[in-house]
Amino acid sequence: MTAPLDVSGQAMEAQPEAVLEGAGGKAIEGRSLGRIAWIRLKRDKAAILGAFIVVFLTLVAIFAERPFGGLIALFGDDPNIPNNDLIDPLTSAPMGAWGGISLEHPFGLEPVNGRDLFARVLSGAQISLLVAFLATLLSVVIGSLMGVLAGFFGGWVDTLISRLMDIFLAFPLLLFAIAIVGALPDEALGLSGNALRIAVIVFIIGFFSWPYIARIVRGQTLSLREREFVDAARSLGAGNGYIIFREMLPNLVAPILVYATLLIPTNILFEAALSFLGVGVSEPQASWGGMLTRAVDYYQIAPHFMIVPGLAIFITVMAFNLLGDGLRDALDPRAR
Amino acid sequence: MRKTNVLALAALGTVLTMGLAACGGTAGGGGNTSSGNNNSSTGGGDASAAKHNDAYTKVVNPSDAKGGTLKFALTDEPDSMDPGNTYYAWNWNFSRLYSRPLMTYTPKPGPEGLKLVPDLAEAPGEVSADGKTWTYKLKKGIKYDDGTEVKATDVKYAIARSNFTDELTDGPKYFAQYLDAGDYKGPYKDKNLDDFKGIETPDDYTVVFKLKAPFSEFDFLVANPQSAPVPQAKDTGVDYEKAVASTGPYKFESYEVGKQLNLVRNPNWDQATDTTRKQLPDRIEVQFKQNAEDIDNRLIAGQIHVDLGGTGLQPAGRAKVVSNPQLKDSTDNPFTPFNRYAMMSTKVAPFDNIDCRKAVQYAIDKTATQAPWGGPLGGDIGTTAMTPTTVGYKPFDLYPNGADHKGDLAKAKEALTACGHPDGFSTNVAVRGDRTKEVQVAEALQASLARVGIKLTIKKYPSGDWSAQYAGKPDFVHKNNLGIMIAGWGSDWPSGFGFLSQIVDGRAIKPSGNYNMMELNDPSINELLDKGIQTADAAQRNEIWAQVDQKVMESAAFTSFVYEKTLIFRPASLTDAYVHSAWGMYDYTWLGVKQ
Repeated sequence: MTAPLDVSGQAMEAQPEAVLEGAGGKAIEGRSLGRIAWIRLKRDKAAILGAFIVVFLTLVAIFAERPFGGLIALFGDDPNIPNNDLIDPLTSAPMGAWGGISLEHPFGLEPVNGRDLFARVLSGAQISLLVAFLATLLSVVIGSLMGVLAGFFGGWVDTLISRLMDIFLAFPLLLFAIAIVGALPDEALGLSGNALRIAVIVFIIGFFSWPYIARIVRGQTLSLREREFVDAARSLGAGNGYIIFREMLPNLVAPILVYATLLIPTNILFEAALSFLGVGVSEPQASWGGMLTRAVDYYQIAPHFMIVPGLAIFITVMAFNLLGDGLRDALDPRAR
Repeated sequence: MRKTNVLALAALGTVLTMGLAACGGTAGGGGNTSSGNNNSSTGGGDASAAKHNDAYTKVVNPSDAKGGTLKFALTDEPDSMDPGNTYYAWNWNFSRLYSRPLMTYTPKPGPEGLKLVPDLAEAPGEVSADGKTWTYKLKKGIKYDDGTEVKATDVKYAIARSNFTDELTDGPKYFAQYLDAGDYKGPYKDKNLDDFKGIETPDDYTVVFKLKAPFSEFDFLVANPQSAPVPQAKDTGVDYEKAVASTGPYKFESYEVGKQLNLVRNPNWDQATDTTRKQLPDRIEVQFKQNAEDIDNRLIAGQIHVDLGGTGLQPAGRAKVVSNPQLKDSTDNPFTPFNRYAMMSTKVAPFDNIDCRKAVQYAIDKTATQAPWGGPLGGDIGTTAMTPTTVGYKPFDLYPNGADHKGDLAKAKEALTACGHPDGFSTNVAVRGDRTKEVQVAEALQASLARVGIKLTIKKYPSGDWSAQYAGKPDFVHKNNLGIMIAGWGSDWPSGFGFLSQIVDGRAIKPSGNYNMMELNDPSINELLDKGIQTADAAQRNEIWAQVDQKVMESAAFTSFVYEKTLIFRPASLTDAYVHSAWGMYDYTWLGVKQ
């Protein structure tokens, strides 16, 4: 069992400690598990910082373009429109200091064509977060279901699902993704262009990372199903479905939430890697990995072009990790 | 042309004006570098008073001082060092250090350099009345580096092996195409050279070429290094590159394939027989597979003398050089033989309608499509199919699109209305995905056409199979609706025919490996090409090439982004350096080094 993520049922029940913690407050009162976790989370400054950044980035991504707003329109240019007037034709680098950073172009300009980096970073954030969230959602749904089934039924079902997980975990995911996306036709499944590419990337990442969730969930389920409340429910005549969905799943929410939060940054990095290797979304749609690839040719004359998307990836991944770690600590005090 | 770096030659007549215009242009451009250099500094204090582009018009650091080691470096490795088996432009220049073709180019900067002069031959070819027989007399007393004399059969053998065998695949096969050789199988399958009827050698000093049809630019063909003699006894097939029998001023000392080539003086070379080469350095060393940015740094530091590929400085090196007036004076900015362009498929809707093609011509922002090539230093904005360094080139612009070529949107809209898509349309643009510059051009095109509602989707294909499987395969083009294809072309010799015949002749459309990607099949163009190549008078011939260019542009299926230029660096230690217009690089057979 993976110890750090072992957010077990016992922990959830650690009422005495929670009560003790609460003792410093005004009055001793019953508190829900969620409330206790929230109190702990609030004390974790790093996690709160991470949460702020995550919320901020998510809002920025949602409101970057119309119809939900127009941050890009407010602060910069269209991400795909070149500004050749602002590029020094002799060096291909943006004119002005620091890669052409100005009020109109707060992050500077792309070398050669002068596209606005602020707009492109925001536009890239949409892609990164969209892919990461959807892929995580997919793997959480599959992973939770498979994990519960394996843990709850045991026997041949467990054997089958566990071997399946081993196979999926052994799969060379990156190579597979490159091969699939690289060989993708322009239109399939009623989708075309970048919509199709995003759908396929989401599917590949989500479909191949469910075993990570499933393993955690299976372990939790194995210990939960031997617990008294399960026996009680069973002796009252509850069926398997009721036990799984009404008794087990609520107790599994915490580890699933923690792991999902930690899976998102992994998926962001995976999407960036695919774009960096040229098999992510295609131009002119901006993506952080794609910008980094371009930047390699110009890092000496326009270092900001590499720093800006690099920082975007770094900050986003770090924020999600801080939040995920904080959540884990809050939901499972034993794991500190 | 199959390889990117194919040799192409620059043009005779027009080069003079164009070359000067170009020099003026870039010199002026140097003034407005935004990087904030005041040109006040460095008046003439530096050791060599040579200025930017000086080697384009004159010999810089002229010197006859012998000795020293001339050092070249190349990012890649050659296809082969065998003069009969290479298709790289730099190697058609470099291989002359150790091989002598029948004809070669005049060793002078500027347009003079495009005139052919006899090299191994005594005089240009004598053509028969019917235009189908070309006769060359060899100079007497020319020896290989082992002291044996060059014979006419060696020339015959060299052409047989380079054009008629399956083993030597890297060079062009023009002789196989034009010589009347029946079904000759090549010297590796058929050891008897007498079976090769395309060339006759009545005596040891006479070579007679028998052609299938009149071909009035044959002298250009024998200026290709494939006509350099190869003794049959010394030929080892593809391995011949390791020990080439030298006729030039240098011979092989050692050659480690993919790593290093060392040349030393050839004592059996006689300056008296050679009007075009010098023999200044004691040694010549070439390092292969060097890092491109490292090459730039070593050039600027003076540790090596020439970037052998002649493709110019990398972005970082370029930025360093243009922002430093002193360094900039050590650079030249010549035209390469390449035109970088887009073709619109006349067989893919809506580009089967000429007005839709015209809409693209007017809507393009050519300043934006020039930027990926490196702005004005990377090329002049193009408006024709032929480049300024092609014989017959005449400047004209059928689709003037604004003052700075930034696009004339009103005219584009008009054309769109005429073609029945007043609000624009959607199509695809095919591009070699592994070529960053071309992808950036596609993006710029996408952005500029979007201004009039033409929506482009960029389709990237690998350059390896680009012509065999993708853009060069009309079936694929039609099936995938590739309306626009981004490509480039450089000719093997600097005439309109050399430049145009493969890309605009309707009969050159092939089911695969097609370069006439627009599938332009205009009988009047085809006829003009035939008429031109059978016209013996050069002036008349060049007039015809200009007419072909005009007709191609009238079809509106071809739009040029830039006539490509490079920014090449000339260290102060290099002597006797000038840019040879035939290659757009320094003349490698002249260079010397300061001791």
